[in-house]
Amino acid sequence: MGREVSWKDRGANTLIGERHPRIDGVEKATGTAKYAADINTQGTLYAKCLTCKLPHAKVVKLDVEPARAIKGVHSVHVFNDVDSEIHWDGALIAAVAAERPELAEDGVRAIQVEYEELEFWVDEADLQGAIEAGRTKKRDESAKGNVEAALKSAEVVHKGYYGIATISHMCMEPHGSHSQWSADGDLDVHLSTQNVSGTAGQYVLPLEIDAAKVSITCNYVGGGFGSKFKPGDWGIACAILARDARRPVRLMLDRPTELKIAGTRPSGFAEVTIAADAEGNIVAWDSHHWGTSGIRGETVRANQYPYLFDFDNRNRKATGIITNCGPNDAWRAPSHPQLCALTDTAIHDVATKLGKDSYDVFMQNLNKTPRPGVYASQMEIAAGLMGWKDKWHADGTGGDGPIKRGVGMALHKWGGRAHAATCTVKVHPDGTVESFAGSQDIGTGTRTCIAIVLAETFGLPLSAIRVHIGSNKYPASGPSGGSTTIGGVTGPNRRAALEALWKILDLVAKEHDVQADNLEATGGEILHNNEPVCTWKEACALIGPMPLEVQGQGPQKDGLTDQGVGGVQMADVAVNTETGQVRIHKIVAVQDCGLIIDMLTAESQVYGGVIMGIAYALSEERIMDNLTGRYINADLINYKLPRIGDIGELVVEFYQPDDQYDRGVVGLGEPPVISTGAAISNAVTNAIGIRVPVLPLTPKRVLDALKGGQA
Amino acid sequence: MRPFEYARAETEAEAVELLVEYGEDSVVLAGGTDLISLMQRDVLQPRRVVDIKRVESMRGVSVSGNGIAIGALTTLEELVESPLAADYAALADVVDGIRAIQVQQSGTIAGDLCLMPNCWYFRNGYGILGRRNGESMVENGDNRYHAVFGSHGPAKFVNASRFAPALIAWRARVRIIGPESDREELIPLEYFYRTPRTEDQRLNVLRPGQLISHVLLPSASRTQSASWDVLEMEGLDWPLVAAAATLDLEGGVVRAARVVMGHVAPIPWVSDAAANAIMGYAVNDHTADAAGDAAVENATPLSHNEYKVYQAKAAVKRALLKAAGQWNPQPAEATSLV
Repeated sequence: MGREVSWKDRGANTLIGERHPRIDGVEKATGTAKYAADINTQGTLYAKCLTCKLPHAKVVKLDVEPARAIKGVHSVHVFNDVDSEIHWDGALIAAVAAERPELAEDGVRAIQVEYEELEFWVDEADLQGAIEAGRTKKRDESAKGNVEAALKSAEVVHKGYYGIATISHMCMEPHGSHSQWSADGDLDVHLSTQNVSGTAGQYVLPLEIDAAKVSITCNYVGGGFGSKFKPGDWGIACAILARDARRPVRLMLDRPTELKIAGTRPSGFAEVTIAADAEGNIVAWDSHHWGTSGIRGETVRANQYPYLFDFDNRNRKATGIITNCGPNDAWRAPSHPQLCALTDTAIHDVATKLGKDSYDVFMQNLNKTPRPGVYASQMEIAAGLMGWKDKWHADGTGGDGPIKRGVGMALHKWGGRAHAATCTVKVHPDGTVESFAGSQDIGTGTRTCIAIVLAETFGLPLSAIRVHIGSNKYPASGPSGGSTTIGGVTGPNRRAALEALWKILDLVAKEHDVQADNLEATGGEILHNNEPVCTWKEACALIGPMPLEVQGQGPQKDGLTDQGVGGVQMADVAVNTETGQVRIHKIVAVQDCGLIIDMLTAESQVYGGVIMGIAYALSEERIMDNLTGRYINADLINYKLPRIGDIGELVVEFYQPDDQYDRGVVGLGEPPVISTGAAISNAVTNAIGIRVPVLPLTPKRVLDALKGGQA
Repeated sequence: MRPFEYARAETEAEAVELLVEYGEDSVVLAGGTDLISLMQRDVLQPRRVVDIKRVESMRGVSVSGNGIAIGALTTLEELVESPLAADYAALADVVDGIRAIQVQQSGTIAGDLCLMPNCWYFRNGYGILGRRNGESMVENGDNRYHAVFGSHGPAKFVNASRFAPALIAWRARVRIIGPESDREELIPLEYFYRTPRTEDQRLNVLRPGQLISHVLLPSASRTQSASWDVLEMEGLDWPLVAAAATLDLEGGVVRAARVVMGHVAPIPWVSDAAANAIMGYAVNDHTADAAGDAAVENATPLSHNEYKVYQAKAAVKRALLKAAGQWNPQPAEATSLV
């Protein structure tokens, strides 16, 4: 075999591309996996936070001494002292560390705090009101082509209003950490993070500590989705509380605070004018969108709007609304789900105005996308799986009774380039293999995918591989953001493993007097021209007493990884026009992601993405109360997430002809969440004949639209 | 959660005795599905929590006269699995609508009747009426989940009980014990609830030291029933609205009817108008629809909840059709959960 770094020929794989359960699945399912919230070293104190319940205020009095005076309270940390300005409900004021959680709560209640209330604004959709309140920021305005002329010559012009509400990060494991100082001033942090290797430095300035003295551990994390790149103020506070108390401290945010301050996805609301010619070519786009990211006054990123399609004549304008709402953070495919929901809905509506099937209009305009051929193939596959041609009907003809059926579709794209990463692959003389990387598993199946790559390379069973991730003391590996992890970690591991394999094969060649180039490792043996030469263990015994250790790096331009993926999703829904309930019958998700390491994990990623999409499409939203300025549904009852009964049938299909395999690994975590919302919204419109403009499509919004007749 | 005293009762008399001592400052712990979270949120701050789960006489379903007695501590699952309750179909419909298995298994029938409202102003610490500076926050704020009937007074929350509409439709009575250990009274559930006008008024007739020990249902006889929840989601959630109906049919014609709506008013909302509208008719799409119209004719929605009026109409219509055995879901519904 040649000695160029590459993946095996597709047909030569025995493990890659097959369906493998997670190698750490049993630990997770049985509870032996330790998350940050599980760390309970001897003497650990519990920390609780005092939060502000006003949207905008100045702290005019703060006395934490009554908390310190409580027996069992060991330390108190102040986030926002007197004269601090508070910008949102849920902002942290102080934290108390105590022997027991109840004592910490007693401490929180004992703190005396007074505020001067300041004016506030929390409405994310009311642009006119925000303008009058002086709460807007001009964000982006650009023009391309000649929209005015194109509108005049168009066959149809559609004007529509679309929106998508803010949602909060809702990781199953809240943000938080366990911090412990050693006698010589080393800090040991178990952190719920998606950035194991990149976090130590964030402790340097606030704690005046050397990064080398900070140990970050995260063997398991209960979700990140973009919100766990930083330890957060509360993470730093945890370390400070521990230092002051001279005891380990665990500080996990409670659920309401988690929802309020641990990161949100910005909202977007758009007025769109879209025009098409008689063939369905979209000839003009003109949009103004607004929304909020909180106090910074940003909205959905404008530079990719309209989404995916690069129309020849396009004007766009964006306005940010400055709100007294908790801060935003990267949320699975930042800006893309919103952009898709504000674009593909308008495309559906202009198709309706033309009297055409939306599928045909999407197809007609694929030449405006970066990958027309791929999207066309994916649409054809999805349409087959959905039975689109049989199910599609003109909007508003979804049945005679109160229950209407409809189908809708949408398209998405993503990058998914491998992040920078290193790793160490260690082959022991007894034939066992280990890999070390300062990476993490936020749901990507990181351990499993590394093990698959190493086992495939060395011709070993998965059980022969031990994968170590979750410590910043291991070789640095990038944060899990941007769907970069599987490409990020598999490339370096493949490179290092090939290098190690080649060294071992050289030893075997020498020992057995055969040509190294004709050797291969498979099935636990070393073969020469398909004839066994020795076992893997015998080969590794040639290494000598010391293990063979090889460093891997990435990404490199050797074809192991690539970037740029796309997908199409189609939804089949039922709408009860008497109650406003929307229920999912079926969603088809067709997706490409290059070479698939673990088919089961890849499918799970898509299922998870689609389910998150159903959440923000049907029920999930942050509700800010204009009267109090507070986040009034910050609990798991009124912040509504789908359960099994809300999901319907999900069909996941990977678009993976050989030319996709040959691209190498491309990230998959984010793309499947992008187009679900738009597809569902379009399906609802197809069912009932009017657009319910704003996601999530709650029964209230559906009935308001039906009764108001807003088209 | 603030410190509190935990007391466990073994008998009804003990429960009363333990409750009465601290008066308003004691609460009853049964299934605990909601009480604990209210205490964690500091909305309730009892000095004493009286755990009644070991009071055997308040558990299970038994024959009582011509009807049945449901012990206050009977879990929703026990209720629906009891053959004695099988003739009261509306009750099984209610349990079916409570999608959370955990609530079905630990929640109790009387605990459900005494649930506190899911009003976000209440649960965020603004009091049961949600008033600030003399103004109703509910009226001026976000009232999408609030009352569409009986909302003229200061109370604009909706009664949270899942079972009350069906039980009231069935003319259930509740046996109330206390505040003296030998005292008991029976009252129709319909008159159990109160709409508070001030923060310190209770949501029902229970006085300090009193609790429900049993729910009594009359003979099921030939009465047919059904309940219908409009759920936003299929998981753990409060219904947006609900309706229950009981019907006595003779030759396919309604001779007696009761219609009660839930989650639409500070108390379960009995609709005589809906019952009268269906009386003397066979139940079909047309008559049930007309009864639904009658049910919501005098609705008084707030600024953001008119949609609930439409849902209430739909729920009444569907409850009537289902009670009469006339509910034929559209094909589209057969495979979905709408």
